[in-house]
Formats: sequence, C-alpha cells, structure tokens
Amino acid sequence: MKHPIAGVAKATRDGYGEALVELGQSDPRVVVLSADLAESTRCLEFARQFPGRFIEVGVAEQNLAGIAAGMAMEGFTPFINSFAAFSPGRNWEQIRVSICYSNANVKIVGSHSGLSVGQDGATHQALEDIALMRVLPNLTVLVPADANQTRSAIFAAAGHPGPVYIRLTREETPVFIDRDAGFKIGKAQVVREGSDITIAACGPMVYEALLAADQLIRPGTNSTSPLSPISAEVINVSTIKPLDTETIVKSAKKTGRVVTVEDHQIAGGLGGAVAEALSALFPVPIKRLGVTDQFGQSGEKAELYRKHHLTVDDIVNAVREG
Amino acid sequence: MDISKLHDKANEIRQDVIKMLVAAGSGHSAGSLGMADVFAALYFGGQLVLDPADPWREDRDRILVSSGHICPVWYAALAHAGYFPREELGSLRQINSRLQGHPHVRSLPGIENTSGPLGQGMSVAVGVALALRLKRPTLPRIPRVICITSDAELQEGQAWEAAMAASKYQLDNLTFITDRNYIQIDGFTEDIMPLEPLALKLGSFGFHVLSVDGHNIQEVLNALQFDLAIRRQPVWIIANTIPGKGVSFMEGMYEWHGKPPTKKGEAVGALAELKRLRTLGGRVTN
Repeated sequence: MKHPIAGVAKATRDGYGEALVELGQSDPRVVVLSADLAESTRCLEFARQFPGRFIEVGVAEQNLAGIAAGMAMEGFTPFINSFAAFSPGRNWEQIRVSICYSNANVKIVGSHSGLSVGQDGATHQALEDIALMRVLPNLTVLVPADANQTRSAIFAAAGHPGPVYIRLTREETPVFIDRDAGFKIGKAQVVREGSDITIAACGPMVYEALLAADQLIRPGTNSTSPLSPISAEVINVSTIKPLDTETIVKSAKKTGRVVTVEDHQIAGGLGGAVAEALSALFPVPIKRLGVTDQFGQSGEKAELYRKHHLTVDDIVNAVREG
Repeated sequence: MDISKLHDKANEIRQDVIKMLVAAGSGHSAGSLGMADVFAALYFGGQLVLDPADPWREDRDRILVSSGHICPVWYAALAHAGYFPREELGSLRQINSRLQGHPHVRSLPGIENTSGPLGQGMSVAVGVALALRLKRPTLPRIPRVICITSDAELQEGQAWEAAMAASKYQLDNLTFITDRNYIQIDGFTEDIMPLEPLALKLGSFGFHVLSVDGHNIQEVLNALQFDLAIRRQPVWIIANTIPGKGVSFMEGMYEWHGKPPTKKGEAVGALAELKRLRTLGGRVTN
C-alpha cells in the first residue's frame, strides 16, 4: 500500500479541538471540562460557542474526573481535558473508581503526551499514560496517528457507550490519513504492506515508521557491506485497548518478527500490549522501541528523540540489527 | 411520620445494621450506627422527593453517600424504605451480593454513586448537581442533591476541590451533610489531622453552614427545610454524632470505626440494648 507523502502538518490536539466543536453542534449531551488548560488542549473554541456546556474546574484534576462522572450519570457525555501527565496521573484513582468501576460515560483526553512535549521537561512529558490506562477494566484506549484520525476517533469515542481514553500530542505532525477514513474502535490499520518485518506503532510514531519503511526497502551499504532491502509492514495500532490481535497476529505470521514504536516507556504501553498478545497467541521475536525506563528532560522534540533513540534512523537500525 | 416514629425507625435501622455486620463478619460499626438518625430523617422525614417504586425517576432528589464505608446504614435505610427486600440485608459483603462492601453505583435501586475512596463522591455530587441545573428547562423543579460525607474524609484534598467548585457554580441544590463524630481509623480526628475550626473553614469556602445534633431528627429535618431558603450558595450541614450511637460499649470509641460486633456477646448485647431503648425497658410492647 502506497502511503501519501504528507504535505500538511497539524497537531492531533488541533484535530481534537475542531472535532469537539462539530460534536457540540450535533450532540447536545456533550459537555467539556477543563482543568485550567483550555487553550492548550484546544477546548477554547467549544467554550466560546457553547459557554453553558463548558465547565472550568481550575487546577483540580481529581475534581475534574469526579464532576464528569456525576454529569455522565445524569446523561451527559463529558470530555475531560488536561495534559496526559496530570490526567491520567494525578486522578488515576478517580478514573479507576468514579469512572471505570462505575462505568461512567466519560471521555478522558490526555493531551501533550510523550517526549514531544519538549521544553516543559520531564514533569510534563507523559511517558506512562498508556500503561496506566490500559490496565483499567471497562476503559477503551485510543491513540490516533494524526489530526484527521483524531477527528474520527473523537466521533467514535463520543458514540461509544462507556469510558474512553484518547492520547493526543502537542506538536504539529504529518497528516497522512484520509479525513473520511472513519474510525473503528478495536481495529488496527495496515498502513503499509510488507513481508520481512512488522513495525507496530501508535500516534505520530506511525508516520516515522512509514519513513523508516521507505528507507529499509532501498538497498544500501553500511561501512563494510551491502545491505539488502527489507520489506516492512507498518501497522497503525490506533486502538491499544481492545487490541486488534487478529491484525497483529496475521502480520506476525507473515513476517515472523515484530518491532514496536511509541513515544512512551517500553514497559506497559503499546509494546507491552503487543508482547502480551503475541506471547500468548503467536510467539515471535519482539523488539520494543520507546523510552527505556527513564524520564525525559527539557529540549526540542528532535533532540529528545535523538537522545532516546526514537528517530527514523533508530527505527531503521533497530530493524536491521535483528 | 411523626418524630417518635422516626426515632423508632432509626432504632430498627440500627438493629438491622448490627445484624448485617455480624452476618458479614466485617464492616464499619461506628459511623453506620451514628448516622441512623440522619438516614431516617432523609428517607422517612417526608422532605425529599423519593420514590422506591420508581427509584430512578428523573425528578427525584438524589441522596449520595461519599463516606461509603457506612453503607450498612444506607442499605438498611433503603430496604426499610422499600427499595429492595429486607431479607437481602443478610448478604452484605458476600460474594455475588448486590450489597457490596462499599457501594457500587446502581448495584441496588437507590445507590446513586460509587464510594469507598474518600472525597470522590463529593466531586460526583457536584457533577450531579451541576448536570441537574443544566437540565433545568426539562425538569419541573431542580432536584436536590444530598451528599453524606464523613469528617475525616475532609482531610482529602479532593473534598476541598469539590467544595470550591460547588461554591463557584452557586449550587444551591447541593447539600453536604458531614458526620462529625470526631473519629477515624487511627484515632480522634483532632489528634490525627485536626479539622477544627471546621464550620469556619466551610463557611469561608462559600457554604451556608448549619450545625445540628445528628441524633435529633427534628433538628435535622429543620435544617433540611431551612436549606431550601438558601439561594445562590450551597449548604453544609454539620451533623454532630456519637460514633456507635445506641450501643453503650461502642459509643465514642474510635476502635469501633472499622470492625463489626462479634456474633456472640457483642451483637447479642447490642441488640438487647437497642430493643430496650425502643420499648422503654419493657414498659411498652411492640
């Protein structure tokens, strides 16, 4: 499958902000809650257009989750917003009990995830949120790969009966998914077919994986010997929970080898989920790329990806090393 | 129901609480017994719009319990009010029971929220009250939200987040009732992490504060009535109670916060005392 070369860069959080306004227009049950981050999380336009349905709780993430649970009990569809480092994080227990155990129809949007947050530094770079969320029963976990898919995912989340976590990012990233592609919760997408290795990625890392696949297919040389082309199959795991094991196993059967890539700790996130599934269903060698049990730090996104081996070159090297 | 009958009802509820805790072999005695009078006032005092036959009707007043550990008294009050059969009370904390050790929302008719981890129900109550105000055009009146809290619960930061939000949104359909029994797991609240001056704190957070004797059902009902007159600010009722009220060897003792009476001796003694209270030492027959 040929992937489009993305000419447009747009942040997933911007795709979200626009989707929210559309939802506000079409669904009167949607309410939006903010914990003092309305501008950054792109809720401001919704707040301007629907002031009666926008609730600002201030810097109080636990209250954010609880108030949303209460509103959901009364038939509303609340979207709660903050940086993923704080929500989930500070309010994990409230999400666990007031939302998941209570099966409250709350949509938890964690923005500014990953090292890509950049200069705010480690305290603001959520590297553990996928792990924190996917272990909770009743919770659906979505990681859209670009702004277009984010819009579709938000609509899907709004229509899903039950709590959902959606992971978003701050930075502008390439738009490469069709705006009208739709979003099926629980389905991963093979965005590039291949035969030698499976690269399973989530979020903006999917595009990086496609760039890596482009490099891998070209024959080349390292310092001493010729490198044969590697045909990489790239999967966009846009739903971490429930994991699309069928698509992942089918690919693993074809290629025999898997590399996972995420802007997240290698423990407990996409890599963990894929490793758990394949070890049970179709064991193959798996290499997990991500942050290796460290905290981030201040820096530009590109610098941080270099430091933590999350660049396109790092993905290429990880595949070639075997 | 007149006041003496309401006190009788509270006494019946206390007896069922004892029986439930004994059958379960675990659970929280002190707060459950202490709050029986408040629960009798809420469910039988005629002040609130409640309908056991249609427990989730849109226009109902909502009673939430954030101090979920006192669920034995909540379950007993609901059963007595006809929300579910009294026979089921004996299944407290058993596997597959609808009577979970800490309340699980909608596990039973009348269980309006999940609680156990303190402070959480308070935020949920704010959300419910806020939602009801948003639904204003579709409801004949804005239903009231009564949320029971414990006093030690107010050591949780979330409690104050909820309080601030309630005040910001002027939720005059929201009332917190705090069981001020001065005890918690490890001892007396004022030794563990002092809450005083509590009424001043609550007032400074924007609440109209009422302080009542939590065992005087008339006072509790008066406060709930007066609550209606307070506009544009939420109300906080401090219900002063004796933990373990009604059972002499439990009253005032923090050690009884989290344990049930034993089947022999303690439970028998407790029930005998409660029955004696009701029948004025045998001079009145049931």
